[in-house]
Amino acid sequence: MHTEDLAPLLRQHPFLADLPEQHITTLIGCASNVHFAEGSQLLREGELADKFYLIRTGRVALEIDLSERGQLRIQTVGSGEVLGWSWLISPFRWHFTGVAVTDVRGVALDGKCLRLKSENDHDFGYEMLKRLAIVMERRLEATRLQIIDVYGSTPEVGL
Amino acid sequence: MIVQTETKLRLQTDPMVPVQTRITRLAWETDDTYSITLDMNDRNYAFRPGQFNMLYVFGVGEAAISISSDPSLSRSVTHTIHKVGSVTSALSHCKRSDVVGVRGPFGSGWPIDAALGRDVCIVAGGIGLAPLRPLLYSLFRKRKQFGRIVLLYGSRSPLDLLYRVELEDWGKRHNIEVLVTVDRGDPSWKGHIGVVTTLFSYIKIDPRATIAYVCGPETMMKFTLGTLTTIGLPGDQIYLSMERNMKCAVGYCGHCQYGPHFICKDGPVFALPRVKNLLDIKEL
Amino acid sequence: MITLQRENLDTLLNVLQEHGYRNVGPTVRDGAIVLDQIRSSADLPIGLMEQQDGGSSTLTRRDDKAFFGFTVSGQSWKQFLFPSRECLFTATKNGKGWSSSNKHVDDRPHAFVGVRPCELAAIQIQDRVFLSGESKDTAYQSRRKGIFIVAVNCSFPGNNCFCASLDTGPRATIGYDIVLTEIIESGRYYFTAESASEIGAKVLEEVPHETASATDREHVDRAMTQSVEQMGKSLQLEGLQQLFIASREHPSWDDVAKRCLACANCTMVCPTCFCSTVEDITDLSGDHAERWRRWDSCFSLDFARVAGGNFRSSVRSRYRQWITHKFSSWVDQFGMPGCVGCGRCITWCPVGIDITEHAATLRNGAGLEQSESKN
Repeated sequence: MHTEDLAPLLRQHPFLADLPEQHITTLIGCASNVHFAEGSQLLREGELADKFYLIRTGRVALEIDLSERGQLRIQTVGSGEVLGWSWLISPFRWHFTGVAVTDVRGVALDGKCLRLKSENDHDFGYEMLKRLAIVMERRLEATRLQIIDVYGSTPEVGL
Repeated sequence: MIVQTETKLRLQTDPMVPVQTRITRLAWETDDTYSITLDMNDRNYAFRPGQFNMLYVFGVGEAAISISSDPSLSRSVTHTIHKVGSVTSALSHCKRSDVVGVRGPFGSGWPIDAALGRDVCIVAGGIGLAPLRPLLYSLFRKRKQFGRIVLLYGSRSPLDLLYRVELEDWGKRHNIEVLVTVDRGDPSWKGHIGVVTTLFSYIKIDPRATIAYVCGPETMMKFTLGTLTTIGLPGDQIYLSMERNMKCAVGYCGHCQYGPHFICKDGPVFALPRVKNLLDIKEL
Repeated sequence: MITLQRENLDTLLNVLQEHGYRNVGPTVRDGAIVLDQIRSSADLPIGLMEQQDGGSSTLTRRDDKAFFGFTVSGQSWKQFLFPSRECLFTATKNGKGWSSSNKHVDDRPHAFVGVRPCELAAIQIQDRVFLSGESKDTAYQSRRKGIFIVAVNCSFPGNNCFCASLDTGPRATIGYDIVLTEIIESGRYYFTAESASEIGAKVLEEVPHETASATDREHVDRAMTQSVEQMGKSLQLEGLQQLFIASREHPSWDDVAKRCLACANCTMVCPTCFCSTVEDITDLSGDHAERWRRWDSCFSLDFARVAGGNFRSSVRSRYRQWITHKFSSWVDQFGMPGCVGCGRCITWCPVGIDITEHAATLRNGAGLEQSESKN
């Protein structure tokens, strides 16, 4: 796909809603169209985190390796959402593995490219960080609620 | 002896004495939750979605269980029960044609009329889907009278999901959107993983036109209410089902009090404005 | 209004008996005043009173021979109308099911002799609790129908009394068949009496009496005025319901919680507390089951337990529930506060927690700034 065709895909994605047009243009330079078949890995725990994914369609499961206990799927990320921010924060390593549980289509943004452009253009950097902060906050909140295990019953003696 | 002054309670003349019914079916939904179906026989029994019965095991005791079957098929009543205490354990060991005592129905039901001509968003957590199932059946019977119907259902893990076959069926047969998520996935689970509120990212409901019915563990209901409020649903368009310790179920033993409300007769279904300022109080 | 001679009190009791009532009233047993069957006025706590303070009640000799020189005992009349244990039904297995029968209700007529105005108010409140809802307690109803009330106005309020603040005393206004006031004037003991029901009037007719004079009425009025002045405690009712709703996170709850033992004494002695639990039991063979209702208390640890946990596990939350229910939720539920100012909860609390003190603490806004900033 030609890079010009990526612009409408970027504009449509909820994560980039209201992003000024000049920053869309900046992004195109880092962007590529991606497609993952069901079952394939988008990213692997421990490896270099060099991509920021905008998921357009499909669902990605985040897995953590629990050694002798196998892999645990802890969250899914779906259409209209984004995957990963470890590309932003040193040492730039993925904390989990991302597996496509369905066919997945999206736009991948190169992490190093995004970091460079953000350093050079702070307006652009701030727009990206603003949006990421919201995603992180929501993800953290959802994770906290998951930890509570609301459906578990407390073991009670003699109940 | 207690007698009710209204004809609301049709099963028995003395609300504290159970009526005997026979089990027609007992089936396990998950490894700790089962559904039990009782034959109401030729009794003049009827219930509204959201109401509950007190189920009695001879000599063991009673448990307050929401009714989870189709209200229009009131001769046969099903309860989906989490095996967690002495009564629910004893009940789980019963067999077909065993006798179970029933008192009821009690409590307020889900106000379906509030949703006529509007969209419906049902949010269920864990066993909270059980008291919402009669509501769904009632909506299906008059499907054309409602707009978009969305069911968001969250559970602990794929093995804890209730009514899995029906969930798929409802989506296809009755033109409703069903989204299911679990807190923990397993390698075979290809659906969503995350708390039930994460499902709101995938549907766009119209806050002005939607009535929400919420049921599940209290913590889950609270964070769901938070999301619904953020989306812009007015409080009086949101209904939830509260739970407290029940003993008499007729409003005089005092156990089920929640602030000034007796959950057994003022609830268990409440419109949000009635309980909004109570929800934030710790250990109420 | 009429007057009765001191010795005619026995005549009154006999007349009541002839009308078919079993007389129940205050009497001394085991060093305390209790409520039990009385055969004559000699069974009453003559010349005795209970010196009551926070956490104590001591039987003390008075320097007179008053029949009703005490205020309230640890027992209230609710034990007769709302018994602490009541069988709801019994069942015997047969085949796959069982056959059940209701237990017999003891609704023999009783005359309650010596009911204080605060206790009258408490009976009215429990009438509302058990008879005005969708589900009437017919056992309570049939017991209640057979009750004849001989109220006695309160001339000697105690240290923990505050009926005057709640308008439930010291003078009885409604809910009695006969009301007496014991007058002790210059060494002379007598009673004034009034009836408020047909049966009350009939009974009084059969007791030798004279018409009360203006002086007699003055004695009563003066006794009542003095009673109000000597009232041990006070409670400002105005705005109290809202105050409790607004004070749920007030720091004073922690202070009380440190002292409260969750012993449930207050709920047991309180004449309006109505919480109960349902108990299903079998015999050893498992073929015979009974369902019993018995008194319960919101202070008990398991009161708010559900399958998923316990909504009120801390003592703090349980104490808060009790007193907030009494002064706030009760008004929403029954149209009046649940407290009658009898002070029993203060007397019989082992650590002397004083609800009038707590209400005043909330009202004075002590620490109000702190709780505001928490919000």
